[in-house]
Amino acid sequence: MTHVVDRDHGLELLRQMLRIRRFEEKCAELYSGGKIRGFLHLYIGEEAVAVGAMPCFEPDDAIVGTYREHGHALVRGTPMGPLMAELYGKANGCARGRGGSMHFFDAARHFYGGLAIVGGGLPVAVGLALADHMQQRRRVTACFFGDGAVAEGEFHESLNLAALWRLPVLFLCENNLYAMGTALGRHQSQPDIARKADAYAIPAEAVNGMDVLAVEAATRKAVDFVRAGQGPYLLEYRTYRFRAHSMYDAELYRTKGEVAQWKQRDPIPLFQQELRAQGYLTDADLDNMETAITAEIAEAVSYAEMGPWEPLEDLTKDVYTGVRRQA
Amino acid sequence: MAKITYREAVRAGLREALQSDPRVFLMGEDVGKYGGTYACSKGFLEEFGPERIRDTPLSESTFVGAGIGAALGGMRPIVEVMTVNFSLLALDQIVNNAATIRHMSGGQFSIPLVVRMATGAGRQVAAQHSHSLEGWYAHIPGITVLAPATVTDARRMLLAALQEPDPVFIFEHAYLYPLEGELDESALSVDLTQAAVRRTGTDISLITFGGSLWKALGAADQLAQEGISAEVVDLRILRPLDISTVLTSVRKTHRAVVIDEGWRTGSFAAEVSAQIMEGVFYDLDGPVARVCSVEVPIPYPKHLEDAALPQPEKIIQAVHSLMGR
Repeated sequence: MTHVVDRDHGLELLRQMLRIRRFEEKCAELYSGGKIRGFLHLYIGEEAVAVGAMPCFEPDDAIVGTYREHGHALVRGTPMGPLMAELYGKANGCARGRGGSMHFFDAARHFYGGLAIVGGGLPVAVGLALADHMQQRRRVTACFFGDGAVAEGEFHESLNLAALWRLPVLFLCENNLYAMGTALGRHQSQPDIARKADAYAIPAEAVNGMDVLAVEAATRKAVDFVRAGQGPYLLEYRTYRFRAHSMYDAELYRTKGEVAQWKQRDPIPLFQQELRAQGYLTDADLDNMETAITAEIAEAVSYAEMGPWEPLEDLTKDVYTGVRRQA
Repeated sequence: MAKITYREAVRAGLREALQSDPRVFLMGEDVGKYGGTYACSKGFLEEFGPERIRDTPLSESTFVGAGIGAALGGMRPIVEVMTVNFSLLALDQIVNNAATIRHMSGGQFSIPLVVRMATGAGRQVAAQHSHSLEGWYAHIPGITVLAPATVTDARRMLLAALQEPDPVFIFEHAYLYPLEGELDESALSVDLTQAAVRRTGTDISLITFGGSLWKALGAADQLAQEGISAEVVDLRILRPLDISTVLTSVRKTHRAVVIDEGWRTGSFAAEVSAQIMEGVFYDLDGPVARVCSVEVPIPYPKHLEDAALPQPEKIIQAVHSLMGR
């Protein structure tokens, strides 16, 4: 475990991980209660990645996420209410309830989804970085994707194009070892993902994704590299999802023992231990934190419950922008 | 009116777009050093520089997706896909991202992207370079689908497309590039809402778009010699379809033949035909006829390729059969 430098920052990292964990535990409960429908992909177990990575980005930077993006949106700063309302499909959701769990969007925070075709976000991230490059902005684009995306052609095409044009984009692979139910070793001839960047002359590093400080340190280094105009960077966060792929998954592809072993490396208790060891965390601190999070979640649920359904007459609104212009 | 080729028209449109807006840039396979597969951007690399004229790797999905991202990031990309056949490699980005993000984000993000591509057969390039799939694209809500058939539309539609806040796909029939036409210089802009009546007539409506327009006009000439007055409607915009111009024409002529280079089953012609039936069924003197491509992969030898495609003779035959001649 890496050493905590700053108490307040350490506590904030812990708080953010707990927010995601408790928010998603509530989501699972609401799913069973029928309040949330469709696909629900929980991030539980992987919280250290989003929480460690996100503080490294400026408010103006662009974030492209996947269908397992609840944590990223929460840490990015989208209030919990609109996120919960989105899960409910309510019009006060962060995408007017149009997308649900897999499609969080937040223009104010440059959060470009919530894109749920595996690998489909990478080309978009390359394009956002191209726009920044062409307009000489110092913004960087963070593109999150899973290990499954590495098998898609778009991964290889995007790394190649970004490196060829030296674009300011970070490829952030959240390797949770399974592409839905297919283990990395069963779909990759070279399972060392960071090494794939070599083929495109992109610097890369694999980092312990269960250690929030290690994630943060590696990400900061990568962001600095990219923001300095040196081209793209790839990080592989080695992490693990504790829950099923989605709510429909019987988990036939992995053993309970394997899951239990990874739970020994749960980033939240590990980080709590570290904070306690340094005298930065007391039981009272933790209680206060949990109490505040419980209240935040209750408020978010109530925001979602109270939210209106989008009126039927708005069904086709925003398929196109407003009034069609004439040239 | 000045005579120019379709290629020169496309090229002039591109050049004007690049000159008039610094956010506009062109990217695609061989648009730079090679000068464009159809020579539409020859000399542009020298004129506008490598930042704005970007040769891409053969990565259709990624350079179309990068166009989406660049549009989201404030640019006005023009992405050239070499042919509609290759655009299939980018369908994920087009259907799942370009067409959905505005609605799915609750209206937070617009994608002012223009994608151009060549389409169609007639040049003996066989089954992997000859298909007409613009009808597929017209199926997708969230995008606009244009099929410029005249040099004026080829010249002006691009600029109009760049004014659109949402993705626009322009299908240029590859057979048209070397053909000359009269450029209407008085039309400094074109609208992207209306179909155009290219020839007026009273007996039958020939409804078509893209490369088939010229076949329909050829058929109309021959029909005139037999005393049949055919009206020719150029749809121009496949989505959103201006059906009212079509219905107005059919109300007048009471007969319709739809000509479409796509395969007959599930063709765009089928959609137009259905909408005619829905709109003016009781004005019709007979069933709506279709002249489409024969349902084969387009073959290489000229006689087979010709036989596979809509031709003026097939259009005339359809008209005869509809008029009981």
